[in-house]
Amino acid sequence: MAYQQALIDFTLQLADNALILGHRNSEWTGHGPVLEQDIALSNIALDLVGQARYFYQYAARLINRSGQEAPGADITEDSLAYLRDGWDFRNCLLAEQTNGDWAKTILRQFFFSAAQYYLYEGLRYSKDAELAAISEKAFKEVIYHLRWSSEWVIRLGDGTAESRARMETALGDLWKFTGELFIPAAYEEPLVLEGIAVELSSLQPKWEVKVREIFSEAGLSYPGAPAGKKGGLLAGGKEGRHTEQLGYILAEMQFLQRAYPGCEW
Amino acid sequence: MVDYEKIWSLLEEVNDPEVPVLSILDLGIVRDVKVEEGKVVVVITPTYSGCPAMDVIRMQIKMTLLQQGYESVDIRSILSPAWTTDWMSEKGKDKLRAFGIAAPTPVQQVCHPGLFSREEGIPCPRCQSHHTSLISQFGSTACKALYRCEDCKEPFDYFKCH
Repeated sequence: MAYQQALIDFTLQLADNALILGHRNSEWTGHGPVLEQDIALSNIALDLVGQARYFYQYAARLINRSGQEAPGADITEDSLAYLRDGWDFRNCLLAEQTNGDWAKTILRQFFFSAAQYYLYEGLRYSKDAELAAISEKAFKEVIYHLRWSSEWVIRLGDGTAESRARMETALGDLWKFTGELFIPAAYEEPLVLEGIAVELSSLQPKWEVKVREIFSEAGLSYPGAPAGKKGGLLAGGKEGRHTEQLGYILAEMQFLQRAYPGCEW
Repeated sequence: MVDYEKIWSLLEEVNDPEVPVLSILDLGIVRDVKVEEGKVVVVITPTYSGCPAMDVIRMQIKMTLLQQGYESVDIRSILSPAWTTDWMSEKGKDKLRAFGIAAPTPVQQVCHPGLFSREEGIPCPRCQSHHTSLISQFGSTACKALYRCEDCKEPFDYFKCH
C-alpha cells in the first residue's frame, strides 16, 4: 500500500507528541507548587505516556510487518522511544518546549490539549481501526486535561498582577509554536484522502474558538491567527526539524538505554 | 470440554492491585473469555491508557490460571469500545463504599464541559453527607478524584465517572 509509510510516520507523530509532552510534565513530579497540582500534572503525564505506548506498539507492528528492518532486529515500543535520534522524532515543537514557570507549563498544556481534543475527536472515526480505537480511549482522558488546563489559564490570567504578567510572558514564549499544530506534514496529506488522518485546517477554527473563549474569561488578549507557516523555522517538528530543547530531553530520557542496552529495572 | 464457569470464578479472585477491594470482574475490564486451539484467551481492556496496574493484572490472570492447571494462557488487550465506569458491577460499587471510596455516580457527568463545575451528589463514604466538595479532579490513581466532606471534614477518594 502506497500510504503504508505515511501511516507509520503519522502514528509516530501521535506517539512522539504524547511521549515528549508526557516527559516534560513528568519533570514536575515532586516539584509542583502544591501537592494536588503536582499529582494532577503527574496524572496527565501518565495518561500521555500511556497513549504514547499504544501508538508506539502499533507503529512497531506496522514497521515489523513492512519488513524495513533486518530480520531479527525487531522494532518495539521501547526501541522507538529510546533508540531513535532527534531527527526521527515527529512531535510538534510546542511539546518539547521547556517547562519554564507554572504559567508556561499551564499554557503549553492548554494549547496542546485543545489541539489534541479536536484531533482525537476526529480520529475516533478514522478508517484505520487501530488509530480510531486508541483515539476513542484517549479522547476521554483529554477531556480532563483540557478542562484542568482551561481552568488554570483562567485562574492565572484573571488572578493577581503577578500571575497575569507571567501568563503574558508565557504567551509571548509559546504563541509562535501554535501555527505548526495546523500545518500538515507531507505524510499527513495522503492519509487525509484515505480517511485515516484528519484535515488539520478543519480543526483550526474550533481550536481558535476554544482559545478565544478561555482567553476572554481569563482577561488575556487573543494574539490573532496562530503563527507559523509551512516550511517555516517554527513548523518543522513533524518532519524532524526540532528546536534545541528536544536534544536535552532525549539526552536524559535515552541515556540509560544507550549506555546499558536492554537494561530493565 | 472447557469449564467457562470455573475460569470466570477464578478471574473473580484476581484483584485490582491499586484498589485491592475490587476484583477485575467488579471493575468491568474483562471483555471475553474464550478458548482457541486449546489455549485460554482472556480479553481485557484498560481503565485509563496509562494505568500502571494493567501489567500487574495481566500477569496475575496468567499466574492464577497457570496455577489451576491451564497450560496455555493468552491475555489480550482491546481498546474499543472504551471502558466506562458504567461497566463496574453494583457489587463492586458497594465494596468501594465499604472500603471508604465514593463510587461513581450512575449519571455520566465527566464530559460536562462547564469549567469550575462540580459533580453533584457525591456522598461522603463515611458519614453519607452530600455536603461535599471537590479538591482535585486528579487523585492518587488515574481513576480517582479527591473530595472533602464539609460535614465530617474528612477528605476522601471518589472513583470518578469515566
